[in-house]
Amino acid sequence: MLAAFPHAIPLEGLIGGLMIGVAAALMLLGLGRIAGVSGLAARATGIADSGAPRGIAVAFVVGLPLGALIISAITGGIETRFPPSIIPLIIGGLLVGYGTRLGSGCTSGHGVCGMSRLSPRSLIATAIFMASGFVTVALMRAGGVL
Amino acid sequence: MKQLLVALLAGTLFGAGLAFSGMADPARVQGFLDLFGQWDPTLAFVMGGAMIPMALAWIVQRRLDKPFADAHFSLPGTSLIDRNLAIGAVLFGAGWGISGLCPGPGLADLAINPLPALAFVIALFAGMIAHRVTS
Repeated sequence: MLAAFPHAIPLEGLIGGLMIGVAAALMLLGLGRIAGVSGLAARATGIADSGAPRGIAVAFVVGLPLGALIISAITGGIETRFPPSIIPLIIGGLLVGYGTRLGSGCTSGHGVCGMSRLSPRSLIATAIFMASGFVTVALMRAGGVL
Repeated sequence: MKQLLVALLAGTLFGAGLAFSGMADPARVQGFLDLFGQWDPTLAFVMGGAMIPMALAWIVQRRLDKPFADAHFSLPGTSLIDRNLAIGAVLFGAGWGISGLCPGPGLADLAINPLPALAFVIALFAGMIAHRVTS
């Protein structure tokens, strides 16, 4: 089906996506909250004053590396190919941190939770950050830094 | 206590899903954004997969008076579309493309590839703090 894209892992993607969706559904139906990682991370660290109770935010954020560790242990290790230089990590991190606070969400809050809610605000945000990501990587490719 | 366990379980399942789906791999995410290179559509399958349980959850949510483990729903509005939303999304998308990382995978990778993940996460929080002190 995806012979044209030999690097794709559609089945793992779909199953992992279902896991992410069930996790977000658990936050929504269990705690009445959006599983938005940028907002919960800002709340867990105290950078944001309002939002989920601190304990809930900390528990969710601590779960993220824990879950990755469990999958890594079960499957014998997962691939994490980071940029070879620290510079894109620093610039990227600063932009992601500032941008997700200004725009009130990231791939999880606006993307997974907001789009499935058909929230106009989140549909617009997701369309913009996707477009911005496509353009940024295209410019990196054109500039020879990818 | 029950609430903390629900949040921990949700976070753990979320992190597990990121790891299993390949989304904890910055090069794979960047591959999705790389339309003019060897495009990798995996991220679209992850998004599609996540939409299914969440679309059902929103249908259930509308029929509930309150969540199972809390007193009330605390949900953001859906209609405000302003300058901050648009500029924030542009900046976030640029950082996502440059690094191949968004907040979830950055935090999840602290357990898998701690040094580069920590560099990203420190910058992530610095960016959040920069927003806080300038707004």
